[in-house]
Amino acid sequence: MKRRDFLVMGGAVAASMALPARAAFPDKPMRMIIAFAPGGESDIGARQQQIVFKRLFGQDMVIESKPGAGGALAWSQLNSYPGDGYTVMGTNLPHIVLQPLEGNVQYKTEDITNVHMYQYTPDAIIVRADSPLKTYADLVKAAKEGQDKVTFAGSGTNSANHVAHTRLNRLMGTKTTYVPFKGTGDLVSSVLGGHVTAAMSYNTLALSQKGKMRMLAVASESRLAGFPDVPTFKELGGDWVDGAYRGVGVPKSTPEDIRKRVSDIFSAINQDPEFRKKMADGGFELIDVTYDKMAAFMAERTKAYVEVAKLMGLAK
Amino acid sequence: MELLANLQLGFGVALAGTNILYCFIGVLLGTLIGVLPGIGPVATIAMLLPATFVLPPVSALIMLAGIYYGASYGGSTTAILVNLPGEVSSVVTCLDGHQMAKQGNAGKALAIAAIGSFFAGTVATLLVAAFAPPLAELALKFGPADYFSLMVLGLIAAVVLAHGSLIKAVAMIVLGLLVGLIGTDVNSGVARYNFGLPELIDGVGIGPIAMGIFGFGEIIRNLEHGQKRDVFVKKVTGLMPTWQDMRISALPIVRGTALGSALGILPGGGPILGSFSAYTLEKKLSKYPERFGKGVIEGVAAPESANNAAAQTSFIPLLTLGIPSNPVMALMIGAMIIHGIQPGPQIMTAKPDLFWGMIASMWVGNLLLVVLNLPMIGMWVKLLTLQYRFLYPAILLFCCIGVYSINNSWMDVQLAAIFGLIGYLFGKLDCEAAPLLLGFVLGPMMEENLRRALLLSRGDPAVFVTRPISATLLVLAVLLLVIVAAPSVRKKREETFVEED
Repeated sequence: MKRRDFLVMGGAVAASMALPARAAFPDKPMRMIIAFAPGGESDIGARQQQIVFKRLFGQDMVIESKPGAGGALAWSQLNSYPGDGYTVMGTNLPHIVLQPLEGNVQYKTEDITNVHMYQYTPDAIIVRADSPLKTYADLVKAAKEGQDKVTFAGSGTNSANHVAHTRLNRLMGTKTTYVPFKGTGDLVSSVLGGHVTAAMSYNTLALSQKGKMRMLAVASESRLAGFPDVPTFKELGGDWVDGAYRGVGVPKSTPEDIRKRVSDIFSAINQDPEFRKKMADGGFELIDVTYDKMAAFMAERTKAYVEVAKLMGLAK
Repeated sequence: MELLANLQLGFGVALAGTNILYCFIGVLLGTLIGVLPGIGPVATIAMLLPATFVLPPVSALIMLAGIYYGASYGGSTTAILVNLPGEVSSVVTCLDGHQMAKQGNAGKALAIAAIGSFFAGTVATLLVAAFAPPLAELALKFGPADYFSLMVLGLIAAVVLAHGSLIKAVAMIVLGLLVGLIGTDVNSGVARYNFGLPELIDGVGIGPIAMGIFGFGEIIRNLEHGQKRDVFVKKVTGLMPTWQDMRISALPIVRGTALGSALGILPGGGPILGSFSAYTLEKKLSKYPERFGKGVIEGVAAPESANNAAAQTSFIPLLTLGIPSNPVMALMIGAMIIHGIQPGPQIMTAKPDLFWGMIASMWVGNLLLVVLNLPMIGMWVKLLTLQYRFLYPAILLFCCIGVYSINNSWMDVQLAAIFGLIGYLFGKLDCEAAPLLLGFVLGPMMEENLRRALLLSRGDPAVFVTRPISATLLVLAVLLLVIVAAPSVRKKREETFVEED
């Protein structure tokens, strides 16, 4: 199956045919648990959804943060919540695939019932504005000459950025060094100060640091609206469309019917014009992987991550 | 000239009717959560975020900023009156502030804290207005190797912080470092010392440790003494500092402001490091270091100025570079994005009314805080006359709510309880907890930067002495070490201890 199928954004179909015909759902506030600290991208996304949720469905969406262990703390507790559709949890890829592979966590990828994936921020190579590296070709040249002296700052070990860096090395045929930081906010000053060659991060970093940083390449399907001059990895010869995906999961005990409805709710929010504009301004690329497409999507993503994880020595 | 025009624009925004109202609400809320031990600005701002959706972005951010620096103001009140850090950054204020209260000088301590904070706030605001962009550029020059050397200097300075035995101070720092090791190793992703508990994968938070050791531990100690604590309250005299007090405090306030402003700009420590270092510096410079920890007014003036200055200047990396220097700043970034503002270097040019409005509002907020706090000193002091058996359950409750609210984690409350027992034990053994906390804060940052520096240099340790900033800091560290270890100084130190005992 082609990835395009998932990324088609015209999911209005799902939204319009679903809700009115059935008994009212939701008819009370919905609790959205976010596995990261307030102020992070997952939290920001959820808070934008919160506003539209209230407007479209007349109920409150209550955001509760349960940060810890890179999200694993909340995800390992997902199935202990009641499965009535009123407790949902934000889920993130590749986290929920990589963490169980790494083995420190108390859940398996299969324990998470994802019902909808609504957005992603594509992987991107970013350098400071006055870096001598002007293009991706310059970077490849520098990496071939400098090898491990060429350094990439990223957020976390065995994380999305780490996977992306491993992919980049494979694509360039080099052995550059990955330098982990505690979060994206922490690595900004190292990139701006020129202490590392580049950052392996997301398009959102380039957006917030516009003028101070430049993006050399991005792992999106096609060129980004805000960055028409930045080539995609697909153009540069890599089979690489990836990033940090965000979606929503429910406890395993949630009935099929409710899973579908939760998926419809988030599809509907994704169609809201004002929401779309706000998300686009923030650098979030909207997608619409509905519940019926989830199994295929997860299978395809998992395969890709396991393949890279092998290179990192994470999986056998 | 441009600065004046910009400030005019800023004050125009900050003094607009609604904005001054939201600024007032912010600092009032901030003072309140600052006074309540444990309940910090992160939880408060996170809870209030949805309520700000309806406000114009400038008003919302002015209010949220007010909560942040208002909290560091209010935190000192609790530290002085009940020896509990209302905020983590006011831990150092407990040392001398509470002793002053015990001697009947609670009013003086509160007033000097407010005055010092206001002075620091004013200077730091001007600093942000005039030099934010060049200062931010300067902070960027600090690479991992330089940070490591800065932490080394900080740790050695921590030894000076203690006023007990040198061995015990070093032991407490090392213990702090060890506790700091708990959690995931950034470089390999391996979980260390977490005993298989997923809650410990991110390590122990500073909230549970500070509340446990300083808060719970203090309550247990007080209960041991029964109702004795009511005694000192009856002789509360002079709510206002005398001319003499002001004269003694003037220089410490200036030095604290300078140190706090500088440390606030660097990501990581901010107000906590600022207050610790300012206290250490005053003790080093003082003619009577042996009286520190026994209620000297400089021991309140310096750290209070420093933590407030650092709270203001930590907005520099946020506003000019889009870098959050602490969790509250990360939350502010979130708030900006939700309000449709991309935080980062372009704010200053794209949204000058927001940038300068926020800066001007910081000064307005500081003025409001003084006006709000000085007349209330009498009321706060009355709190001390409350029967302790009514006061401590309330304090315990607020501590627990506060610790829980940091991460919505039950485990954190349990940890705070454990650290409470440990803190009580430390008190019995005459081991001071302040160096432990400093070791705990600095240790992980030091390790992270050490390994990052070596990763970048491909394992070559020469990087620590070849980089000018790092080399300078290491030389300073060695000098400080020599001073501490020099036979003549040590002898003097030991004599001091004898006197103390």
